[in-house]
This record gives sequence, C-alpha cells and structure tokens, in this order.
Amino acid sequence: MRARVFVTLKPSVFDPQGTTVAEALHTLGYAAVKDVRQGKYFELDIDAQTADEARRLAAEAADKLLANPVIESYRIEVDSETRGAGAAAQAGAVR
Amino acid sequence: MKFAVVVFPGSNCDHDAYHAAKHVLGQDAVFVWHKETSLQGADAIILPGGFAHGDYLRTGAIARFSPIMPEVKRFADARGPVLGICNGFQVLLEAGLLPGAMLRNRSVKFQCEHVIVKVEHTDTPFTSACRPGQLLRIPIAHGEGNYYAEPAVVERLEKNRQVIFRYTTSEGAVTPEANPNGSVNNIAGLCSENRNVVGLMPHPERACELAVGSADGLAVLVSAVKSVTEGIFPAKAVAVAR
Repeated sequence: MRARVFVTLKPSVFDPQGTTVAEALHTLGYAAVKDVRQGKYFELDIDAQTADEARRLAAEAADKLLANPVIESYRIEVDSETRGAGAAAQAGAVR
Repeated sequence: MKFAVVVFPGSNCDHDAYHAAKHVLGQDAVFVWHKETSLQGADAIILPGGFAHGDYLRTGAIARFSPIMPEVKRFADARGPVLGICNGFQVLLEAGLLPGAMLRNRSVKFQCEHVIVKVEHTDTPFTSACRPGQLLRIPIAHGEGNYYAEPAVVERLEKNRQVIFRYTTSEGAVTPEANPNGSVNNIAGLCSENRNVVGLMPHPERACELAVGSADGLAVLVSAVKSVTEGIFPAKAVAVAR
C-alpha cells in the first residue's frame, strides 16, 4: 500500500517561503497567482492488508514525526498501486 | 561544577560551548555523544548549536529521538539546569521541553550577525548573574529562528514571565527593526514553567572572550556556575536521580 502524506503549515501560520515563491511568480508575470503555501510531501510504502490500516499507520507516523502539530497540519491519501490493484482506493483524512 | 555538552551528528558549536565552560570559566566539562544514556553526573546540560541530523525533516525533529534525550528530559524534570542554544533550542522545542516551534526567518535568509538581546528576567539558572534589563551583544547564526506559538501560548509565556531574552535596539527598545527573524514579540529565548530549562537562538558561548568581538555571553554561563554552586539549581532531586 502507498500512503501519501501532505504536510502544510496551518492557515494561521505565516509562510515566508511560500510568500517568496509567490513574489517570484509575480515577477514572472503571473499576477493571477494570489498566494502560495509551501509544504512537504511524503510517500510511505506500507506493508498493510487494508487501506484503513495503511491510513491509520500513516496518521500515526504523521502525528509522531512527519508533522509538527504546533505549526503544521496534514492530509493523507492511500492507494494500493504498489500491489498492482486497478482503481486506487482513495481515502482522505484531514487533521 | 560540571557541564555536559551533548553532541549530535551535525552539532558544530559543541566545541565552543566546551571551550567556554572549560577554558574560559575553568569548570569541568565533558562531551556526551547523543547515543549515550548517561549524563556523567553533570550539574548542567548544554544542547549546542549546529545542524543535528542535517536539519532533515525539521530542525531538531530527529535529534529529539536520540538515546540521550530521555536522560535530558529526566534531568530537566528534576529541575536540573538545561540550556539549548540555537539548534539546541530547536531540539528542546521539538522534544516538548519548551513550547512553540520555529519557522523560516521572515527574511528567508540565513541571518549571521551580532544582535542585542535584553535579559528580561534573572530568576533562571542561566541569567542569575545578570542584571534585569541587561543588554547583551551576542551573535546569531540561523535560518529558522522565527519563533512561533499560538497567541494563547504566547500570552501565557508573557504572563508567567517565561520570555527570558528579547531582541532589542542598542538602547533596549523592542522594535520590529531590532527583530532579526520575525519572532513573535521579539522573543529570542524563553524558559520552562519550572524556569530551569532555557532555550535561546543567539550564541552566548560564541561571545565569551573579547578576542572574538564580545564577552557579553559569558554572563549566561557564569549564571549557571553561580546557580549551581549557590544551590539554587539543581534541586536535590537531581543528586538523588544520579
């Protein structure tokens, strides 16, 4: 199973890097880009039987290590592509 | 007294701290590798500056799981004096020994310069030899020193007098211009509720001799010696814990 973990700064937290990227895009002429928030993306290959189990494990990893709850929140998507299954069993969990 | 300087892979101010404690102050000092599980009977712990584990993931995020950290926590819980400098401060935040987190500097630059910090309170083991309001000229060197905590937490820190160092002008004024990284309320350093754990982004150990441009940082380490020898910190519990 593959779990994708997206870690982003909480909306209330200022993101100096995202702001700098947004300014660079404006310099390039992309005035339509109003704001940029930069985050982190993790792919976890997990030995699990079900998508639920993989998601639970990924959430635990995010709580303990991947995200800092003081400043960050995360979102998890799970699919079973590493096992060759067809349609990805998607499951979103936001915290 | 005896200082223990914890060494993580990527620490790079461990020798500065050791030198200041051992050669400038003439105290006993030892290095403690992060994989060890004993603090070797030290009276005060220093988590030094640097880039522990390459700052991978987040600053201090991996170092917090080092085998020595449960010992550091035990020592801190027993009211032993613990000082986190720069990356060491970031480790203390990630380990939950101090509240809050660090964001990338407001400037998005690695800030490397001398700054002025004001000593706000002297009832900690690392400011006991300072005057209230004393201004220290000491260097900073960090990319992620933009201190953040939720407004309610910051309010509590201020109310409990836990903000120990603040960035100011050379006249001691707290202004946005004097703030090198965007830290909330110009916070440069703070202490735990028990006041024995102190973290700060500036480097007092790098400003302990006039030969390097300033000796103002000496006051921080002299405070530790004063606090320990006068028995203010650590509490007797630490001796028992050993």
